[in-house]
Amino acid sequence: MQFLSYLINGLGLGSVYAIIALGYTMVYGIAKMLNFAHGDIIMIGAYIAFFALTKFALPFPLAVLAAIAVCTMLGVLIERLAYKPLRQAPSLAVLITAIGVSYFLQNGAQILWSSSSKVFPSVISTGSISLGSASVSYLTLLTIATCIVVMICLTLFINRTKTGSAMRACSEDKGASMLMGINVNMIISITFAIGSGLAAIASVLLASTYPSVYPTMGSMPGIKAFTAAVFGGIGSIPGAFIGGLLLGIIEIFAKAYISTQLSDAIVFGVLIVILLIKPTGLLGKKINVKV
Amino acid sequence: MKEKSSVFSRFGDKKNRGRLMSFALVIIAYIAVEVLLKTGSLGSMFSSLLVPITCYVVAAIGLNLNVGISGELNLGQAGFMSVGAFCGICVSGILAGSITAGIPRLIIAIICGAVLAAVFGFLIGIPVLKLQGDYLAIVTLAFGQIIKSIFMNAYIGIDTEGLHFSFVESNFKLQPGGKMLLNGPMGATGTQKIANFTIGTVLVIVALLVVYNLMFSRSGRAIMAARDNRIAAESVGIPISRTKMLAFVTSAALAGAAGALYGLNYSTLVPNKFDFNTSILILVYVVLGGLGNMTGTIISTVVLILLPELLRSLQDYRMLIYAVVLILIMLVTNNEWLMTKWKSLFSGKAKGGA
Repeated sequence: MQFLSYLINGLGLGSVYAIIALGYTMVYGIAKMLNFAHGDIIMIGAYIAFFALTKFALPFPLAVLAAIAVCTMLGVLIERLAYKPLRQAPSLAVLITAIGVSYFLQNGAQILWSSSSKVFPSVISTGSISLGSASVSYLTLLTIATCIVVMICLTLFINRTKTGSAMRACSEDKGASMLMGINVNMIISITFAIGSGLAAIASVLLASTYPSVYPTMGSMPGIKAFTAAVFGGIGSIPGAFIGGLLLGIIEIFAKAYISTQLSDAIVFGVLIVILLIKPTGLLGKKINVKV
Repeated sequence: MKEKSSVFSRFGDKKNRGRLMSFALVIIAYIAVEVLLKTGSLGSMFSSLLVPITCYVVAAIGLNLNVGISGELNLGQAGFMSVGAFCGICVSGILAGSITAGIPRLIIAIICGAVLAAVFGFLIGIPVLKLQGDYLAIVTLAFGQIIKSIFMNAYIGIDTEGLHFSFVESNFKLQPGGKMLLNGPMGATGTQKIANFTIGTVLVIVALLVVYNLMFSRSGRAIMAARDNRIAAESVGIPISRTKMLAFVTSAALAGAAGALYGLNYSTLVPNKFDFNTSILILVYVVLGGLGNMTGTIISTVVLILLPELLRSLQDYRMLIYAVVLILIMLVTNNEWLMTKWKSLFSGKAKGGA
């Protein structure tokens, strides 16, 4: 049955979007900023994994760890240098700075590693298993499994640990959390670290699925994941998860049943319709402004 | 009190001074460029950038109306430029037989581009203006993406039987002798280049006139009131959606006019030209120039378009430096300590002078 294999492929793509969207939504929830450089962290992660696998011939898990380590450090570094001085600045100024960081990363990558695309080695076995009449590649299953594991770990971290509750407190009210003795700057750094680490995981999955690595590879998945985060209600972690999965499924179905070229138009069209019905996304909180 | 409204005292008025300054800036820049062109001391690279600069200035002025005056973040300005550009190209292509003179055809194309973009702005405005903040921004982003992928798949042509339109390339056939206006991902090819710098400058002045007249009118004050405090504005009877729609549609129309001029400045134009990055670029011009400040927008647009060209000798590093400059400007202009130092420097000087 075609439908089932489309659905599973959609879930696979959606899982990648969901992992990226989690980074967006966490940063938004706590730092209240749209981190447009998030997509480019994915690109850096993919390059690191690529070089770890080819130049240094590291085994796959070590390559993933290397990508996570570099991206995490990069995320924290960017936050410290570019975003921290702008804590009190208007949100548009932070947005433009994030765009500047995005340009910087893209052009830096272009200078360091040239703009021609590199072929990501296929390390995950290319075999597939059949579910009924649909065949599903191991890679897709691994992607979905990774997403579920990430989601469970993150939910436990946010709900059960001390740092997690500090994060929730910061997203509610920064001033009050500061008075309660929470180191808000530290929490924001941790958020960026987690978001960037997740971006590294997503980058490896993305580069394995679409095996080419180039300086602007992060921008389209970045925009899609951002859309997914808004779709689910930005700032909400389960929302990013559901939004990502739905976006992936809609995209694959639109490609399969309607038109390959118009799939982007359909994805964004559905987004507009959803926002019309639920103006703060699927799981977003409605904020009532008091006069 | 009558004296206050006399022409001379209005020159001293701060807002009028700002207004006059931006017109003076445009006219002086125009004369300077024309003189340089006549004496031939302007390089071919700079003269080829003249029309695009005026286009981006108009689009940025429009966006500043939306972001600065109306206070709504719009990430899809390039989408409206795209609508205007391809509408303008099609209109110019259709009229090529009946109106041979370039200038009237260009003006008609610009007007058509502006009108169509305004219609799109109205249609998009209905869902967009129901939302607030970042949700509004994402819908404009989505709109830009949708427009791009529609133009990537649109085939429009004209032949003896009239106008043809299709979304599927294989369904699209023209009679022999027919003319292809829009060719899917290839965009518009073989466009007659009829845009020129004078019309571009006139368009900038028209855009300034439109925006200033709107800003300092009753509706403009309503738009700013709705931006500053939505609830308070609503409570004094300002129709929020209508005022916001006015700003949104005007902004879209200006972008459409800019797009039409841009499209008719090149013989080929691909739909990918007006992607998310272009929208962001225009937003950068607006934010760096200062929200609500049209003179600032003009200056920052010109500087930021010329900057990569001036840095061309640095080759690969130029965009990297551009990015660093962008980040540093944002950090410096938003640094409280530096800003207070800066201000005290100036007030100190003023005191010393007195």
